[in-house]
Amino acid sequence: MTAPPGLLAEFAAPEVFAAAVRRARSAGYTRLEAYMPFAVEGVADEIVRGRRSPIAAAMLVGGIMSGLSAYGMEYYATHIYPLNVGGRPLHSWPAFVPITFELTVLGSALTGVFALLWLAGFPRLEHAVFSDARFDRASQDRFFLCIRGDDPLRAGAAARDLLLAAGAESVEEVAL
Amino acid sequence: MKTTPPPAPAEPIVDPALTLAAIGARVTDVPLHLPRARVWLGGFAIAFLLVCALVIGIANLFARGIGIWGVNVPIAWGFAIVNFVWWIGIGHAGTFISAILLLLHQAWRTSINRFTEAMTLFAVACAGLYPILHLGRPQFFYWLFPYPDTMGLWPQFRSPLVWDVFAVSTYATVSLVFWYVGLLPDLATMRDRAAPRWKQQIYGVLALGWRGDARHWFHYEKLYVILAGLATPLVVSVHSIVGLDFAVAILPGWHSTIFPPYFVGGAIFSGFAMVLTLVIPLRRFYHLESFITDRHLDLMAQVMMATGWVVAYGYFAEFFTAWWSRDEFDQFVVANRALGPYAVPFWGMLAANVLAPQLLWSRRIRRCLPALFAVALVVNVGMWLERYVIVVTSLHRDFLPSAWGMYHGTFWDWTVYVGTIGLFLALLFLFVRLLPAIAMSEMKALVTKKGRVA
Repeated sequence: MTAPPGLLAEFAAPEVFAAAVRRARSAGYTRLEAYMPFAVEGVADEIVRGRRSPIAAAMLVGGIMSGLSAYGMEYYATHIYPLNVGGRPLHSWPAFVPITFELTVLGSALTGVFALLWLAGFPRLEHAVFSDARFDRASQDRFFLCIRGDDPLRAGAAARDLLLAAGAESVEEVAL
Repeated sequence: MKTTPPPAPAEPIVDPALTLAAIGARVTDVPLHLPRARVWLGGFAIAFLLVCALVIGIANLFARGIGIWGVNVPIAWGFAIVNFVWWIGIGHAGTFISAILLLLHQAWRTSINRFTEAMTLFAVACAGLYPILHLGRPQFFYWLFPYPDTMGLWPQFRSPLVWDVFAVSTYATVSLVFWYVGLLPDLATMRDRAAPRWKQQIYGVLALGWRGDARHWFHYEKLYVILAGLATPLVVSVHSIVGLDFAVAILPGWHSTIFPPYFVGGAIFSGFAMVLTLVIPLRRFYHLESFITDRHLDLMAQVMMATGWVVAYGYFAEFFTAWWSRDEFDQFVVANRALGPYAVPFWGMLAANVLAPQLLWSRRIRRCLPALFAVALVVNVGMWLERYVIVVTSLHRDFLPSAWGMYHGTFWDWTVYVGTIGLFLALLFLFVRLLPAIAMSEMKALVTKKGRVA
């Protein structure tokens, strides 16, 4: 069974768009998608509804793991291949700090980027919204709100009226 | 009752007339339609010739060894290290602008962060060449990395030179990642504005399928701000470690605790000078005055002046500690710098880095483009001289007079140096030709936040 088409509404102004997202949300629609050329304040929060991004936690874990392995590598290498420099201890921890720090940052940053790719499903070059001719402007100066076809409240005539009443320039069906 | 006068309306950061559509059109016009193509091609051709010189210089170096450079005992660190420190310092302004000013909510950074991040990447690329070329046997550069080799050898993790390998490679990687993540939404804009199909496909692949989904923005913004938070201590650590390359040695003139902070201050100082050197012609050439206003140049000049004082303090601390230490070798280094055979670069450095930036106290000079450009150029030269003075004058007369010597850059030293300038410029030319030089999505967020413009 294929889901019925969703509705993709185009907005011209960020304030109108943000208000429309809130309005659709308070009308009870839950399967919403929003597309915007920049992060309009409040829209993403309205869409994710108070969930937290796991990116920060992933980066923390990635950084700690990377830092620990860096320190472990330094400890291991100085013991497997001991060099006595002026009688200093092999486990000369202050000298191990810079590389531990650098690799913590590196591990954390790379974890964050791969987490973004994973969470966003990138790279993904095809998507239903791209087939909408208006969507070229989603990366430029237009804002799009989609009520998906699988929304429990149905993306029917009532949804279309709501989007138009909220100030949409146009509403079209989209296979989403 | 005393009333305070209403505050004067703040000077807008960007042209208030900019609309969302205008931002996209104006910024993408440069890479997509290439206005003034002839001049671009001429500039690129000159830079490319210098890249050819670099290739010849490196080929000759590989064929004949680093004896073609002027380095020898006692001055084994010549232009290679001078230029390494100079380039990597220049890169630091890009990270400062994109990361530290982001965390400090300095909205004006939005006009210049993309371009300066690119500048960082290219400067780090130039910097990274030098230590490898200076190895003498550059084909073995990978010995610097820890990997399980058959001989059971490991790098010396207590050496700042090994720390440098990790610091610079981490810095390059994180800068690249930060820059690319910032580019994603703008690459999508390029994809949607490009006319020929093949251009759409190239930008589309690079954009990874970015569609501006609110859920993606949600994660994206989190990632971006944490990356900025990571880049902030990173940029401080990189030049501190570069400073420690010197400070950990016991050589008078290098063995100083002021080096790490003084190097970081100097890095940002020289980096802002380079940003001004590049941005003033760029904005004139592509008519980007509505994005990069006089206010931006003014603010950058102020940062340059402030960091110039950090550098001046570093010089003062060197003199003071030499005097205070009662160490005759330390005192000799200072006297030899000022009065010895390298007095000209030394006084040139002081004039360029301490005196010249004082002109920027004047608002008129900060707003006068030729004057500001001239000061920035002078500071670029001055910061190069500073590294030259630090490297060469400290090494050339150390503890034993029988081991003293002189150093002068040879033709091939200069060839490689000028060649990396060409590489830097050629990469920048390609960057403005192929990618949006202003962060459009951030700029759009900025112009719609009316009333919050600081």
